[in-house]
Formats: sequence, structure tokens, C-alpha cells
Amino acid sequence: MNLTLKIWRQSGPNDKGRMETYQVSDISPDMSFLEMIDVLNDQLVREGKDPVAFDHDCREGICGMCSMYINGEAHGPGRGVTTCQLHMRSFKDGETIYIEPWRAAAFPVIKDLVTDRSAFDRIIQAGGYVSVNTSGNTQDANALPIPKENADKAFDAATCIGCGACVATCKNSSAMLFTSAKVSQLALLPQGEAERERRVLRMVNQMDLEGFGNCTNTGACEVECPKGISLENIARMNREFLKASISSES
Amino acid sequence: MALQSNIPEGPLAEKWEKHKNNIRLVNPANKRLIDIIVVGTGLAGASAAASFAEMGYNVKAFCFQDSPRRAHSIAAQGGINAAKNYQNDGDSVYRLFYDTIKGGDYRSREANVYRLAEVSANIIDQCVAQGVPFARDYGGLLDNRSFGGVLVSRTFYAKGQTGQQLLLGAYSALSRQISKGKVQMYNRHEMLDVVIVDGKCRGIIARNLVTGEVERHGAHAVVLGSGGYGNVFFLSTNAMGSNVSAAWKAHRKGAYFANPCYTQIHPTCIPVSGDYQSKLTLMSESLRNDGRIWVPKKKEDVEAIRNGSKRPVDLSEDERDYYLERRYPSFGNLVPRDVASRAAKERCDEGFGVNKTGEAVFLDFSSAIMRYGKTEANIQGVKNPSEDQVRQLGEDVVRAKYGNLFQMYEKITDDNPYKTPMKIYPAVHYTMGGLWVDYNLMTSVPGLYAAGEANFSDHGANRLGASALMQGLADGYFVIPYTIGEYLADDIRTGAISTDTPEFAQAEKEVKDKINAFINNNGDTPVDDFHRKLGRIMWDNCGMARNEQGLKNAISEIQKLREEFYQKVRVPGSAEELNPELEKALRVADFLELGELMCRDALERNESCGGHFREEYQTEEGEARRDDENYTYVAAWEFTGTPSEAQLHKEDLVFENVELKQRSYK
Repeated sequence: MNLTLKIWRQSGPNDKGRMETYQVSDISPDMSFLEMIDVLNDQLVREGKDPVAFDHDCREGICGMCSMYINGEAHGPGRGVTTCQLHMRSFKDGETIYIEPWRAAAFPVIKDLVTDRSAFDRIIQAGGYVSVNTSGNTQDANALPIPKENADKAFDAATCIGCGACVATCKNSSAMLFTSAKVSQLALLPQGEAERERRVLRMVNQMDLEGFGNCTNTGACEVECPKGISLENIARMNREFLKASISSES
Repeated sequence: MALQSNIPEGPLAEKWEKHKNNIRLVNPANKRLIDIIVVGTGLAGASAAASFAEMGYNVKAFCFQDSPRRAHSIAAQGGINAAKNYQNDGDSVYRLFYDTIKGGDYRSREANVYRLAEVSANIIDQCVAQGVPFARDYGGLLDNRSFGGVLVSRTFYAKGQTGQQLLLGAYSALSRQISKGKVQMYNRHEMLDVVIVDGKCRGIIARNLVTGEVERHGAHAVVLGSGGYGNVFFLSTNAMGSNVSAAWKAHRKGAYFANPCYTQIHPTCIPVSGDYQSKLTLMSESLRNDGRIWVPKKKEDVEAIRNGSKRPVDLSEDERDYYLERRYPSFGNLVPRDVASRAAKERCDEGFGVNKTGEAVFLDFSSAIMRYGKTEANIQGVKNPSEDQVRQLGEDVVRAKYGNLFQMYEKITDDNPYKTPMKIYPAVHYTMGGLWVDYNLMTSVPGLYAAGEANFSDHGANRLGASALMQGLADGYFVIPYTIGEYLADDIRTGAISTDTPEFAQAEKEVKDKINAFINNNGDTPVDDFHRKLGRIMWDNCGMARNEQGLKNAISEIQKLREEFYQKVRVPGSAEELNPELEKALRVADFLELGELMCRDALERNESCGGHFREEYQTEEGEARRDDENYTYVAAWEFTGTPSEAQLHKEDLVFENVELKQRSYK
């Protein structure tokens, strides 16, 4: 395959940035999208040019590091995949592909396609945990049966990889899907019960402080989420938040 | 220096308890005066950092990723072992210990392995308390599955994402301590050297990967939880960024590197499809619970499958060679990884590989799908179900168990594994070797510790499935938080470690010089070219099968390649910015040294054991032949300047509780 790539280049946070055009040829349809970028970068280094910086690590769809906005979609065409799991067979020979970084005020660009997503870490730090210290004397893991349905739902919410596609794709740059996934996981489990109210209030507060927008129920996040995190979680977080706001003294 | 393993006296089952009771404690007020650096935030690093902070120490944690949640432990799929005996199948601490020792081909320390088995149950309790959503049955209790090399079901799991769930558990514990200010987190930072002051490790030099700034960080002790070195092969199941640099820098500064040749080649990975390939993807060992591995019996069928004139489903049962079930009737498809990998290689070398490159075998789920379908039809009360109905019901059960893995396979290969068998081939996955540590997990440099895959201690020559997660969390939650006290008890009056000393200045200068040399190098070849070449040399000569001549050749080829690398590598851009090519160059420089040491270690070990298979040393049936009389030791290498001229130190392995036998899974 021969392709034309239009890629966002930005040397640093203070650079205005621009789209630049590159050609790549002899691309195999079995290559992953990132391997295609590897080919481009190999070419650029040999030509003595600056290669395109992009985030990636596990290349098997679980670390959440890769984050490209391809032809106007987070992680490109195809559902349920991260950029590293997208293969070139999803594109046509001769096609022009537009590649941009995540766009959100809370995810500033560091360089080219690399953004700073540490706002997500700070949301988790605000309460996305159970306050239990390491101890050899916690109760036996089977002492507290958990209905399979709850355990499964908690697991589904917990599969969020924190990539930020939900934010990038949302017209409001809302982080509701991300935040609600963690709130839901812990709200569905008895271990999370004790800190339930405090958790949702603090995490939502941090989310707002970071500059993420509100949710207007367009559902784009759910569509683009590589892990299929359900909107149901946002509904659950809203209920948790409302309950906590009414009953909590804090 | 003689190696002191510091294994406590007394009966095996009492060593750890007794040792814990004798470790010196640091009083809570004094802990506040002590700083610990943790490098790496995978299972071992994150759990250690969180636990230290909970105890009251001041922690600085470093990871090269943009968030600690992305460390490569996240990609572990199948599960975590623990001797809970919830399935009432006769499991016990002793059995887990025994299976691990035997699985490691009798090349690990009894005392370390027993401790690992002992704390395994606590790990599950701890993780459940953190809100880790393990798989449960309809009664609400935890479910288990089985893994290779064992005859019980002791593996806890969360679909095919167990590593993710455990890491997010450790990450949440770490996040809680970050929010309290007890852990200072340094994302996008890479450790580039350790600093030794008066013979003790007192800090590190790290590079801020965003600004390029080279920083000094002091501490009373440094813990490396920086993972394994499988990426020396270029193609592996490791993440792109996984590297040996932290461990290698420690080695260069005096820490012994143990058993570097013990690498694990995992039998079930998606085969290589082209030269452009950047990494290999694992298909969890848990699939061998239900998948059957086979190749055609006849060469003409192999040919027909390769050229597409026959499909695998066209072959009748009689025409298939389920070679693991044939060779190993008692363990069948669940033999340990080293055995399964070698068996696949044997069939492919004989010309039975089922894809174009001739390097693939089938992993087939059709029997399992039909078996589960029948049971499900009974549960749902479907009378006289049609074959299609049974298949449909069976596929649903398989989807619930392995859905994400099947999806991952389909995305990569464009084949539907519910309808046609998967094609798989062995790939580099894990490294059992690593920094030598004593029973307290301290390296041969005082104050420098190694935990998880970065150390060598628990898996001998071959790791059993679902034991890496167990070891990472055992070390981080339950071992090192106790054992580090023994060392730090002497440091309560030391005061903060100053970084304004000649030792720090010298280390910083060395790092900067190295960086500048790369940036100013007048080469024309990208880093990956050298890395690929190194990978090829390692895979051909120090991979699934090794021999004397090949290893000798590899050593000289690596030396040549290393020279060429320093002459011809091109690193674009500057040192004062985000520069991924520079990061790669610094890592590949270390791999180019490590590879040479691995070959030397493999050359020195004139026996076959676990993942180390020397062609000269095999039984008539092609099984590994150990030499217990001469090689029952840990090979700990001391850096002397040239990797292959490292000084060998031997730690004899003493077996008081198990009898050394030929490992048989027949």
C-alpha cells in the first residue's frame, strides 16, 4: 500500500503546531498502525529529519499509552481497538490519513502526538482506591461472597485502560466515562462501601478542577472506548454523586 | 567477595516466620527520616512503594511511562497462583513450593520458593480487600483455573486481564500514598545510573524524559523493580519500552547478575508475520486448559494447509497429531512452558509447521466448544440440541472465559478462532535470570535491592505460568517491606543523603557524556537496525536451543555489532527535549552488553535445564539432561569491563527438602 499521511507536528507546548505531509510506500496490510508509523520514522531518521513522537508501549491494547486521533476518530476506524490494535487492512491503498494528538484542554500537548494525561492520575489519587494498608491479616478472600453479577459488572468497569479516548472524542472533553468507571467498580463491591460517598464527591471535584467538561449524554465516549466501558457507569456515578451530595456532611 | 545468601537456619516451614521475628525494626518516628527510591511501578515496584509509604518511609518512585498504571505487568493475562486450596483438590503450601521447585528444574533456592508459596494466600486476601474484581462463581466465591506443570486448580484470574486488575490494585494503593504526599511520583523519568557512596547504594541519576534534564536523587536505599530483559531479543511479548538498563547499570556498579541465560520462551504466541514486526503477542497459557495443540500427521496435509487447498477443520481426528498428548500423556497440553515450546520447535523443525513460514502449530478449541455446549444445553434444559445449537452454546461459554483473548487474536490475524484453530508459535516472554539477591532481596551492593522479574530468585531455570504475578506481589507487599528494615535500622542517624558529593557529580557526568556522545555521533543508521540485528543473533544462538559453537560465534558477532553501533548509530534531535530515539539508543547500548553476558553464561552451563537447552546435553528422547553433580549452582557474574569476561561466582544450591529427579511430565 502507498499512503499519504497528514500528521500534527508540534515541537513543544509553546509551539503553535501544524499539519505536515509525508508519503509512505510498500505498507503491508498486516502491519499495525504503529508499525506503519515506525516505517515512517525509520525513513525520517535516515533522511536526517526529526521523527514523529508518539506514545506507545505494550502494543497489545492494554497499557493505554497509545493515543492517536486518526481521520477524526479516537484510535481510528474500527470499534473496540486501541491504535496499536488497528491494522492497515482497515485502510485503502492510496488513501490520505489524518493523524492528530488527543485534543483537550486538560491534556496539553508535550510534543507532536504526545499529550500529558496526568490529570487522570490525579482523579484516581482523589479517591479511586480502598483505604486498606498492606497487611498479612486481612480477612480471607472468600469470607465475603460477592454476587457474580456485581463482580462481573465491577470487572467490566475496571477494564478501563485510562487511554483518554473518551475525553478526546467528547465535544465537551468530559472525563465522565473514565471517572465513573472507577467510581462504579468500587461502588459495586462491598470493599468500597465504607468510602463510597467521600470517594465520588472527591473524584468528581478533582475532575472538575482539572478542566474537563460536563457530560451532555451524546454517548460518543462509549462508542469510541476501546474497552467498551458502558454509559451505565455514568448513570451510576450520577446517582452516587446525588446521594452523596444530599446525605454527606462534608 | 563470597556470596552470602543469608538463608535463615531452621526447618524450611519455619524459616520465614522466624526470620521476620528477628528482623530489626525501625521505629515509626525514625521511618520518617528515611528515604527509599523505587525504580519501576509494575507489580513489584508499585506494591513495594505503596507498602513502604504506608509504613512511614518517604518514597520516591520512578517510571518511564506517562503513568505508573501502564507498567508492563498490566499485560499479564492468565492469572495468579495461590495455595488457597479453595477447590479442595489437595493443594497446600508444600505442593505449590514443590511444583515451583520442580518446574524450575531444581535451579532455585528452596527457602525463597517456600516463602513465596507461604505468602501467596495473603496476596489474594490483600487484593480482594483492595477491590480487585477476580472471577467468581454463582455462589459469589472465587473461581480458579489450572495452569501448566501442575495437577491442581490454584490460579485466580480476572478473565484474560489478571495482570491489569492486579496492577490497578497496586496502582490504587500507590495513588493513595501519592495523594498523602508519602510517595513522590516521577512519571516519564528513566533511571540511568545508581550512585554508590562508601560502598553503599545512596541514590540514582535519572533523566526527565520530557525536558531532558539529568537529575540527582539521593536515598538511604534503592529498590529496583524494573522488570526483565526479554527485549534483548528485539521481538518478544514485552512492551516496547521494557529494558534492562536499570539492572544493567546496577550490574556495572557492582551488583552481580545471576543466571542471565535462563530465558522463558512461551509456547503460545501469535507467530511472526513479517519483517516490519515490532513485537509479538502472547495468547495466555490459560488457553491450554481448553485448547488442544496439534499439527497434521502427514506432510501432504501440511502442504495442503500451507497452500490453502485444505482447511484445518477438513482433517479428521486420525489425521491429526496431538503431539503433547502423545508425548506427555499425564500432563498433556498442560506441560510446562519450556517443554511445550521445545515440542513445537521439534515438530516445526521436522517440517510440520502449518503456516507459510513453517513456524506455527494449531491450538484448537473445537472439542472444548462442543464439550461446554453439551453441558450448557443440559443446564438450560434444551432437549436434543442440534450440533449447531451445541456449538453456539459452547462458543458462548468459551467467549465468557477467554473473550478478550479471542478478540485480540482476531484483530491481529483476521482469523476467527471460534471457527478455525489458532496458529501459535513460541516467543520470548520472561527472564528468570536477573540481579543476584540474598534472602532479603538485597543485591551484592549494600542498600541496593531488586524485586520481581528484575531479580533471579524464585523461578530457577523455568517459571511456571501464573507465578510471575505471584512473585511480583509477594516481593513488593510481603517480603521487602519487612526485610529492608534489617538494613535501614543502621541508618536512623544518617540524616538526609546529600546529592552534592563527588560520587553524584561523577555519575551525573558519565551519564551526560554518554548522552552527548549519542547526540553528536556522526552516524546514519537508526537504533532499531542494531536492535533487530542483536535480536536475530540472540534468537538464533541463545534462544530455544543453544550449542557451544553458536554461542562462541554469537559473542564475537555481538562484540562487532556493538562497535558498529557506536560508530554508525544516528540519534536525531537534542538531549534537552522529548527524544524517543535517544531513549532507545541508551537502552540498546545496554542490551548489546547484556546479550554477550547471556551467551557467556549459556556457554558456561554445560547441561540442559528448564529454558536453557544445550543441544549437546539431551536424553535419547530429546528431553533436557541436567548435570546435578556439576551445575547445581547459581551463576552470579561480576562485571569486569568486558561482558563476556565477567567473573563467575557460584552459589551452591542446597536441597534439604526435595529430592532432585529428572523432571518428567509423562
